[in-house]
Amino acid sequence: MVNRILVGAHYGLKDWLIQRATAIIMAVYTVIFLVVVGAVGPDSFEAWRAIFANGFMKFATFLFFVSVFYHAWIGVRDIWMDYVKPDGLRLLMMIATATVLVGYAGWAVQILWRM
Amino acid sequence: MAEMAIKKKRPKNLDLPTIRLPLPGILSIIHRISGAGLFLLLPFLLWLFQSSLTSSETFASVRGVVAHPLVKIVLLGLIWFYMHHFCAGIRYLLLDLHKGIELEAARLSSKVVFAVSIALTLIVGAKVLW
Repeated sequence: MVNRILVGAHYGLKDWLIQRATAIIMAVYTVIFLVVVGAVGPDSFEAWRAIFANGFMKFATFLFFVSVFYHAWIGVRDIWMDYVKPDGLRLLMMIATATVLVGYAGWAVQILWRM
Repeated sequence: MAEMAIKKKRPKNLDLPTIRLPLPGILSIIHRISGAGLFLLLPFLLWLFQSSLTSSETFASVRGVVAHPLVKIVLLGLIWFYMHHFCAGIRYLLLDLHKGIELEAARLSSKVVFAVSIALTLIVGAKVLW
């Protein structure tokens, strides 16, 4: 028998998987973005705006942003867990991180759908 | 309680100045630093993105901001952070799949990550910033 007490039941598999799934989404989007921008070569406001006015690019960019924020949550949380030892301060850092990331998600939606 | 069961006495060497990190270790810590840096500059990047899409006036003002040499250096650094995080991340995904986990292969792939990410940074930086 393994000599450890199983408490919490969270061993981080879900976060580990989401970190990788969001990484793949971001990597694919990065290639799409570089190809589209390379092909269009937007040199004016209208051409740049047209890229994100396109339904597919708007959808893909939104997915990219959501992936960035979720991926950042897992990564930054790991940094706090590694380096911030006082429990209260660590909790505060995590709450602050989650809060700004949710705010950024709202901001990203506003940018994409109000342009 | 759980801690008491898990904690064992293990030798510890965390004297940072005396640790000579091999290249895959340097890649790893830059992966973390670049991730943290990109996170910290998210509001700046979102603001740039928003301004670039709001109106032709704000688009022009973004061009003005990006033309500043100091901003160019920061953005070039961010592009390198992104490219390093991207390339090192793909390496980690391959390691997850047990591809290239032998010492020689892992050392070689970390060299490839540095070479490719720096090359991509120069190409994208030249295209976008100059």
